[in-house]
Amino acid sequence: MSPLTTGLLATTRLHGPHVDFAGLSPLIALLGGAVVALMVGLLGSARIREHAVPFLSLVALGTALGLTIWQWNAQKSIVAGALRIDDLSLVLNMVLVAGGACAVLLSWRSLAAHEAAHGEFHALLLTSIGGMSLLAAAQNTVLLFVGLELLSIPLYVLCAAEMRREHSLESGLKYLIIGSVGSATLLYGLSLIYGATGASDFSAIERAISSSSSLSSDPLLLTGIALCVGGLCFKASVAPFHQWTPDVYEGAPTPVTAFMAVATKVAALGVFLRFFDVALIDTQATWGPALAVLATLTIIVGNVGALGQSSLKRMLAYSSVAQAGYMLAGVVVGTQLGVRATVFYLAVYLLMNMASFAVIVARERETGLGDNVQSVAGLGREHPWLAWPMTISMLALAGIPATAGFVGKFYLIDAAVDGGYTWLGVAIVIGSMISLGYYLPVIAAIWMRDAPAKSAATGGVGATPPLSEHGLPVMAGGSSELDAELQAPTEPQFEVVLVAVLAGAATVFFGIFPQPLFELVRHAGSALGGLF
Amino acid sequence: MPPLSILIWLPAVAGLLGALFARGSDGRGHDGDGREASGSGDDRARKERLPGVLALIGSLAALALSIGYIADYSAGAHGLTHVTDLVWISELGIHYKLGVDGLNVFLLGLTALLFAAAVIAANLRSWERPRLFYFHFMLAESAVLGAFLAQDLALFVAFFDLMLIPFYFLIGGWGSGPDRVKATIKLVIYTLVGSLLMLAAAIATGVLAAQQHDTSITFVLSSLQALPLSNASQEWIFLFFAAAFLVKMPAFPLHGWMPDGYRAMPIEVLMVFSGVLSKVGAYGFLRIVLPLFPHASAHFQTLMLLIGLCSILYGSVVAFTQTDARLIAGYSSVAQLGFITLGIFSLNPQGAQGALLQMVNHGLVVAPLFFIVGLLAQRAGDSTDIREMGGIAFRAPVLASLFLIVALATLAMPGSSNFVGEFLILLGVFKAKLVIAIIAFSGVVMASVYALRVFIRSMHNRVGPDVESRELSVRDGYVLVPLVAVILFLALYPQLALHRSERSASGAVAAAHAALSPTPSSSASTSASAP
Repeated sequence: MSPLTTGLLATTRLHGPHVDFAGLSPLIALLGGAVVALMVGLLGSARIREHAVPFLSLVALGTALGLTIWQWNAQKSIVAGALRIDDLSLVLNMVLVAGGACAVLLSWRSLAAHEAAHGEFHALLLTSIGGMSLLAAAQNTVLLFVGLELLSIPLYVLCAAEMRREHSLESGLKYLIIGSVGSATLLYGLSLIYGATGASDFSAIERAISSSSSLSSDPLLLTGIALCVGGLCFKASVAPFHQWTPDVYEGAPTPVTAFMAVATKVAALGVFLRFFDVALIDTQATWGPALAVLATLTIIVGNVGALGQSSLKRMLAYSSVAQAGYMLAGVVVGTQLGVRATVFYLAVYLLMNMASFAVIVARERETGLGDNVQSVAGLGREHPWLAWPMTISMLALAGIPATAGFVGKFYLIDAAVDGGYTWLGVAIVIGSMISLGYYLPVIAAIWMRDAPAKSAATGGVGATPPLSEHGLPVMAGGSSELDAELQAPTEPQFEVVLVAVLAGAATVFFGIFPQPLFELVRHAGSALGGLF
Repeated sequence: MPPLSILIWLPAVAGLLGALFARGSDGRGHDGDGREASGSGDDRARKERLPGVLALIGSLAALALSIGYIADYSAGAHGLTHVTDLVWISELGIHYKLGVDGLNVFLLGLTALLFAAAVIAANLRSWERPRLFYFHFMLAESAVLGAFLAQDLALFVAFFDLMLIPFYFLIGGWGSGPDRVKATIKLVIYTLVGSLLMLAAAIATGVLAAQQHDTSITFVLSSLQALPLSNASQEWIFLFFAAAFLVKMPAFPLHGWMPDGYRAMPIEVLMVFSGVLSKVGAYGFLRIVLPLFPHASAHFQTLMLLIGLCSILYGSVVAFTQTDARLIAGYSSVAQLGFITLGIFSLNPQGAQGALLQMVNHGLVVAPLFFIVGLLAQRAGDSTDIREMGGIAFRAPVLASLFLIVALATLAMPGSSNFVGEFLILLGVFKAKLVIAIIAFSGVVMASVYALRVFIRSMHNRVGPDVESRELSVRDGYVLVPLVAVILFLALYPQLALHRSERSASGAVAAAHAALSPTPSSSASTSASAP
């Protein structure tokens, strides 16, 4: 026998670890899609790049969604217990994929995707979704960190995707610095928890805490938990760790902002649910009140901060801070009902935000007023198809009945009162009251004011940098051939209006017939079996 | 009779149809070029009228249905009739439950009548963007009807909040005055603050009732009534509900939104806003607060009576210092709703029945009053200031006599149905708190002062500088005459409302009455009769 054949024979006898490809398949679809998008992005023809890459991204997202549905009702731990594929992670996956699909549609013909070369842009987007999906399923502190970084690093780049706009670069840099501080804090906290419990697996941590009587008041563990709360709060933009949110949201390209606002929150809240309501559930008496205070603070800071903002993206950034506070209420109570209410609100939150961000994208392209509230003035007369989704979204965010926002808020307050945190329910209500002060003026602008004069529309803010022959800011390493290709779209495209209308319609539909969503989140809630 | 859902949603469907199938009636810039306008002017005019006509059909059909429900409701009926009960959200124990009883059957009629009158009034002039206007208008009718019919706490809260949104658009989009947007936002925030407090309180009611009695969660009113809350929970929940309802009415310390809002509203919107929406607040006390929180109602009785009393005194005093006719009517409503609050929180059947009758009466009076104010403004150079009016009666005797009937009904002239209502209310309060009843009596006197003042200043006196009086037109008569006819009918035959509401009104206050006086008193069973 030749050495070659012996070698071949030996490989057949090797037994590698069993890999559950079925469980991993949504993740594989996302990351594989990212690679394909990156490769297709290298093709020469601009036309193909412009349309094939987003299309392939949509295909990857659709595949991931299909595989997620295929895995429905699975209850398994894969990769040596580091990932948990259950209905909670699958529901969060669906929300993430839906958010990703909206982001792809919104950025289809955007300047950001163009400047960042379509392949890179969409590959980063898909990778980030992959990271979020990993995070939503993480059952191990190490994988938690890996997922968090996998989601964050592409986002840092995406925020700076509009390379010629100072604010975009600033936003990317700010996010990078703050995000890294958050990650480092979280990592430190995780290592302290490992030090205290000797375990990195969530269920092992839970076992270690419940089996030892002294551990739940161990300063090492408590410091670790506090640092973890801090780190995750950075990601979920919970006050007082929210300061980066308005600046980054305002500076980032709007499709990226839409994606960040929705998807990061889904991932971060998903981790909160799993980490606090599974691994640390026995110390709930310790972190519950502290987290409740943070939630209240977040609700107040977010809502008060949003008052009087003239930039819609900044307003929505503060509003997203406030919404994170509402959702945290579901985590605080540590019950089945709380998990369900949080997941329900996450799904609703996706719809509400996508509707308004799509309208902002459309108006940015059309008016040249950026995201100023002026850009939607008079929209009711001009574009009812954009005006209604924006109106519905604002009403839903404020929690008005007949929208999904009302049912979501109802569910959260229900969970808070049920868990013995009635005052937190009242805090949510007070937050909603303050929020009327900034949502209603937007609706007033849409329906009750006249459109601003077109001639006054100028895009630039502040000092204008030197312009190249094609009217774009000069950039180091830029080519005038590329500049000639670059043109900001000037009218709202079909797909943007589609996203706005679909999200708006779904918001109303689930406000009137919420039963399907309730079914979904009931499954998600029962996935965390330890709770009652 | 058809199910109640048809009554609720019929107006909204009419409005929606108008919005969908009258395209091109908005006269937007791009289809308004000269060629098209001249070519199809007739067609455009017809299209422009279509949403209004559809709304009219919808509101008249709703009126016919609600008259059917009134006729169908027999005085001896026990509990709810025409019940629709579907599970809406099973996880939260929320039902889509509707039902008619003596408490809401006349308020349904009032709502449908005033909306129909207001839609007729709105059809008399042309609106900018008519499709949206009538859509919001009819959506508002649906939401108000829903709030009156809801027999589930969560459903009630949903309709209660929802009904504000169309009014937000109506006032902000079609109101008058430079500050209308500000006034609207103020109005909506004021009322929604109350509503959101109520939302928290309503959820707490359901959850705590389920926890304290160890059952699964439900928001159905009849089930909640069987699960009384502990006294401590009742008290804070009561205050949250009271905040919502008192803002809506509006009652004295919480009426801050009223002057600006009333000045900004189009008259047609103001008719229903003042005539119907304020009643939802008062109705909420009878439907929800007294039966569900009897202990707290008894506990806070004096506070609520004082709020009612302050509303009467403050509203009356301000009403005769104001010179804007809209605000005079507005502040008189504050006073009238003060009476209604008094009646409700006398916590005995007479008071409650008087309050219920007075709700209908006040709605019937205030809507034509505002319409007349609009007519007066047309004759006095678009001003609603009574100093600019005067001498209108000389050339408009019919208008003057209709106005006189309305004014006399407002001041509760003996013989009017308002007199019966106020009499019953005061009778109830006399039994509960003598001192408050004596002071409240001064409100009756003051009502005649401000009502007659408006009438004399506008109709008689010297002819105002810009006054060009003319007789009531037949078209305006379509609005005014039926409303006045209903006022006269109720004046002659108040028993119609009293008989049918008697049992339900006593039922609504029974628990609170029992909480007030632990020994069963005989007054709960004696029937109240009109003098």
